[in-house]
Amino acid sequence: MAWLRRNLVVIVGLLVMAYILMPNLVVTMFSFNKPNGRYNYEWTQFSLDAWLNPCASAGLCESLGLSLWVAVVSALVSTVMGTMAAFALGRYRFRGRAATNLLVFFPMATPEVVMGSSLLTLFIAMGIPSGQVTILIAHILFTVSFVVTTVKARVASLDPALEQAAADLYATPSQAFWKVTFPLVAPGIAAGALLAFALSFDDYIVTNFNAGATTVTFPMFVWGAAQRGTPVQINVVGTVMFFGALAIVGFGQLIGARLRIGSRRKEAL
Amino acid sequence: MAALTQAAVGAEAPVSRPRRRGGLVPLVLLAPALLWLVVFFVVPTISLASQSLQTGDIDNGFMLTWNFAVYAEAMARYWPQFLRSMVYAASATLGTLLLGYPLAWFIAHRSGRWKNVLLVLVVAPFFTNFLIRTLAWQIILTDNGPVTGFFRATGLTTVLQAMGLTDNDSLLGSQFAVICGLVYNFLPFMVLPLYTILERLDVRLLDAAGDLYANGWQTFWRVIWPLSLPGVVSGTLLTFIPAAGDYINSRLLGNTQTVMIGQVIDAQFLRVLDYPIAAALSFILMAAIIVLVAGYVRAAGTEELV
Repeated sequence: MAWLRRNLVVIVGLLVMAYILMPNLVVTMFSFNKPNGRYNYEWTQFSLDAWLNPCASAGLCESLGLSLWVAVVSALVSTVMGTMAAFALGRYRFRGRAATNLLVFFPMATPEVVMGSSLLTLFIAMGIPSGQVTILIAHILFTVSFVVTTVKARVASLDPALEQAAADLYATPSQAFWKVTFPLVAPGIAAGALLAFALSFDDYIVTNFNAGATTVTFPMFVWGAAQRGTPVQINVVGTVMFFGALAIVGFGQLIGARLRIGSRRKEAL
Repeated sequence: MAALTQAAVGAEAPVSRPRRRGGLVPLVLLAPALLWLVVFFVVPTISLASQSLQTGDIDNGFMLTWNFAVYAEAMARYWPQFLRSMVYAASATLGTLLLGYPLAWFIAHRSGRWKNVLLVLVVAPFFTNFLIRTLAWQIILTDNGPVTGFFRATGLTTVLQAMGLTDNDSLLGSQFAVICGLVYNFLPFMVLPLYTILERLDVRLLDAAGDLYANGWQTFWRVIWPLSLPGVVSGTLLTFIPAAGDYINSRLLGNTQTVMIGQVIDAQFLRVLDYPIAAALSFILMAAIIVLVAGYVRAAGTEELV
């Protein structure tokens, strides 16, 4: 009984962890399924068909390509714009700073369905046809605030003495920025870019409002597929994304650990 | 992962006062992002407001007639869906808090060297498209599956039915499934800010509380909970706001009785093509969320969060 009380939080924590991971387990398992009909809802038999022919489902690979392209472009644009804004907000005092912070916060607090529909009314009013351009505009809009917030936190935590030290050592302002400040902020920028990529790649609601009838991103393909029967291939994509993300993070940790050990050795010497 | 945590609690990261006046430099740096936000966020919001006050139809065009009656009409027709969205979002927020708190505590203080692995596993599902994961819930909750079997064997289906959360002894296509889906979808948004706060908490405080004869519950309620409030506030906001506008879960896991307001807005805009009423509904949703969030943040006493 005492043991149970002491470890209750561990048991509950592990159960919640199982809740979080169960759908991914199902997605992975059903990527090896060979369904009888068009719907991949019931386990029938093991098969590698979907893994061997990932593009066999018409339109899937095209939509995946479009989503990757949109995610890369919008992540790049919003990272550049967001980083610039984060430096302005994190380092300078100016009139309207509080209002700007609020303006940056608002898109994050707006439900996607409101943001998507309001953009649609603008595009309709201005006669801009829906398509890749409108998707990009929308994705840059809802990712830029997240980049600003992520990078700003990093900029605000910088020690101002570091740049002064650089100046004392005769660095020009631009040298001090590129050799001292920027490398210190870089992890925040990388994190912001990654977040922007993930948000863009995963978005369905805003995109659905602004994509028009013929431009289909991967989430839209999945939605459409869900109405007509689910190809096993979407499970393959889901599985690859999940384990790909785990592999990248694991690899990054490994390199990080190596670097730390290396620098500790140098210190020891 | 760090990105999400930071975005989640970014506002309360160490605050250092900006030091310098840079003349035109900050304006130049801000210009692109600001321009983007004004043109594609502020202007569309105004455009949405104007759209809601127009009358007409898709074939003959719309005219701005300052038709405020549309708001009354929208509320009269769709208040059940509105109320339902708020109730579902609030229940889901409570659910994520109840499940997320123990998990965040477990990761922060009891997971030892597994800490980083667990944190990554909390975020990794994000990389699988959320529609695919919601479809997986259809498989998990299916009628002849093991989960439904377990619920039936233990009599939980009867309990859920008595509570009005399900209509019969299946789980899929019910309020229960929709709320479970919402909880699942937004759980990481609750766990990450809670984790960041709880991880910094000095565990010696627990011993101190024990020395002062506090029991387990008192220690939690009088020491841990107040200190974790900033994390609770950002977690609940990050869950409630998107959950109130979500319609994927109610569409894929619910039935015709679980329609949420996002579903109505989507249908009115993209299929019925009644733009004024759709715009009015969007506007009411945004206003309702802003009012609720502002009141909540004020009550929680963490205004510096925003």
